Amino acid sequence: MASPESAANPPLIELDGVGKSFGTVTALDGISIVVRHGEVHCLLGDNGAGKSTLIKILSGVHQPTAGTLRIDGAPTMLQSPREALDRGIAAVFQDLAMIPLMSITRNFFLGREPVLGRFLTRRIDMKRADAIVFSELANMGITVRDPQQAVGTLSGGERQCVAIARAVYHGARVLILDEPTSALGVHQASIVLRYIAQARARGIGVIFITHNINHAYPIGDVFTLLNRGRTHGTFRKSEITEAEVLDIMAGRRDLKSLQVDLDRLTAENAVRLH
Amino acid sequence: MSDAAVNLSAGDAAQPASRFTRMMKRSLRRPELGSFGATIFVFLFFAVTAGNSGLFSALGIVNFLQVSAQLGILAAAVALLMIGGEFDLSLGSMIGFAGIVIGIAVTQFHLPIWLSVVIAFGVAILVGTANGMLVTRTRLPSFIVTLAGYFVLRGLSLATTRALTGRTQIPYITRNTTETAFVSLFGGKFGGPLFTWLGHMGWIGIKADGTPLVSGIPMSVAWWLGLTALATWILVKTEFGNWIYAVGGDAQAARNVGVPVGRVKILLFVGTACAATLFAVIQVLETGSADTLRGTQKEFESVIAAVIGGNLLTGGYGSAIGAMFGALIFGTVEMGIFYTGIDTDWFMVFLGLMVVLAVLFNNFIRRKATEAR
Repeated sequence: MASPESAANPPLIELDGVGKSFGTVTALDGISIVVRHGEVHCLLGDNGAGKSTLIKILSGVHQPTAGTLRIDGAPTMLQSPREALDRGIAAVFQDLAMIPLMSITRNFFLGREPVLGRFLTRRIDMKRADAIVFSELANMGITVRDPQQAVGTLSGGERQCVAIARAVYHGARVLILDEPTSALGVHQASIVLRYIAQARARGIGVIFITHNINHAYPIGDVFTLLNRGRTHGTFRKSEITEAEVLDIMAGRRDLKSLQVDLDRLTAENAVRLH
Repeated sequence: MSDAAVNLSAGDAAQPASRFTRMMKRSLRRPELGSFGATIFVFLFFAVTAGNSGLFSALGIVNFLQVSAQLGILAAAVALLMIGGEFDLSLGSMIGFAGIVIGIAVTQFHLPIWLSVVIAFGVAILVGTANGMLVTRTRLPSFIVTLAGYFVLRGLSLATTRALTGRTQIPYITRNTTETAFVSLFGGKFGGPLFTWLGHMGWIGIKADGTPLVSGIPMSVAWWLGLTALATWILVKTEFGNWIYAVGGDAQAARNVGVPVGRVKILLFVGTACAATLFAVIQVLETGSADTLRGTQKEFESVIAAVIGGNLLTGGYGSAIGAMFGALIFGTVEMGIFYTGIDTDWFMVFLGLMVVLAVLFNNFIRRKATEAR
């Protein structure tokens, strides 16, 4: 997927030197990333790398304490998840995506229910909602017998897909996916990945947060590596191999430089002994 | 040939299940299913054990309906609050307090009854908002926050009543009132002509002067049914109802998709405080007096009714119709035990066991509802 960094494809969302501290603890420091139309931007990092703080800033849960967030080129301070949604930025959270005891339809339209009537007769248009859910899910190859069945009856992969379909349906231009595949088996994960590819083909900018390079590399266009609240660089797919990404993630560069130091020390010791 | 068959079945699978099987499956997953069955069981049980005792005479029916209705008014609001994931222990004290507000406004300040009732509802909105704000702002469990309200409101009722009147009861609130229409809206009866006719036909008991023994159904029954219908409409049909389920099911997930979690919870607390006030208005206008001790234990009884009705203690699941059946079971059993001549002390034992059974059954239903099919 070639997406030239040109004026033809301006950034959808842009972080410029963004930082976030909670009191004296710095969770993020100097993060700069750019997300464009039809591009999957993978954020890779180990636990505690600052991935979840970054998602919360992008989705309006937290406000950055340093740097600027630009949407369509205009500096913006997102005050709430609702505001982020209204600007077309939707986050699908790892385990909080759906409410298991509520029906698929009720979950799908939660917070954005289609209504009929006015004042006292104002009500959810459940028929239309059911029909939309049924066709949206059928479009991505998930057949539900009854859109009114509880989300808890779906498998993990199906739940993630419903959550993503919900975000796309409600007009997301930027989709933030927090570890969408980490709790899934190989088959389920591939369903989700295929759906991410579909979303990209529709021109949606996807931010894919994961620590699993096997899931990220096949689908990613751009990779940003996070470690302890800082970026270790952003690479296009053409600039980096899967092994190199893994190297940086696993901190193997650190180990290599350690090896060099050790070799030098041994050599010096050998000289001294002679 | 075989290809066609395969295509056909694949096509079928892609269609939604037929209307009938879908409805059957849905009704089996309804939270009020258990309480509906239990209601039938309770009625059959008392039909056998108390069939000739007068429990199912016109008077007996009106008696247990009245008990059920008053509790049911509370249970409808409590069900909504519980589905929203919170508790209101200040409910019973709010009943006493609202009654005192009306009593003092009428007897001490000589305000018209309608205005006093409006003031009482105003106070209820304030109390509910305070409860809701405290819960959403402090993030303390509502159990603790409203436990404070439980004591504060009861204490306020006692202190102000004793300071103003020197007693703890306020009698003669409706004596010599000219607002008969307003009073009978809450404390009156309906269906009078029907009962007169039934008496004429000799189908129900009549007094010596020819008027029926039962002159009508208490207005509380109408309020009960109306409020249950309203709560059900809100839950099933409106956006707000969707938000109530979401807030109780997973507040964080609800917040992430833009549901105003705090506002929903505050409104639910206002709902229970207003239901408590409606309960108080009905009692005060039926009996013509207020008492600082009114409403004692109602905070627990209404939770019991809601739980028997299939509402989960943990929130996110339940129904107002279930709460209605819960209240009906409560009222029928309370009166039924009285009519069968069993020592009424056993009622509490029964209640306790009923709650345990209901909770176990609810957990079973919840597991069924989320089981993969």
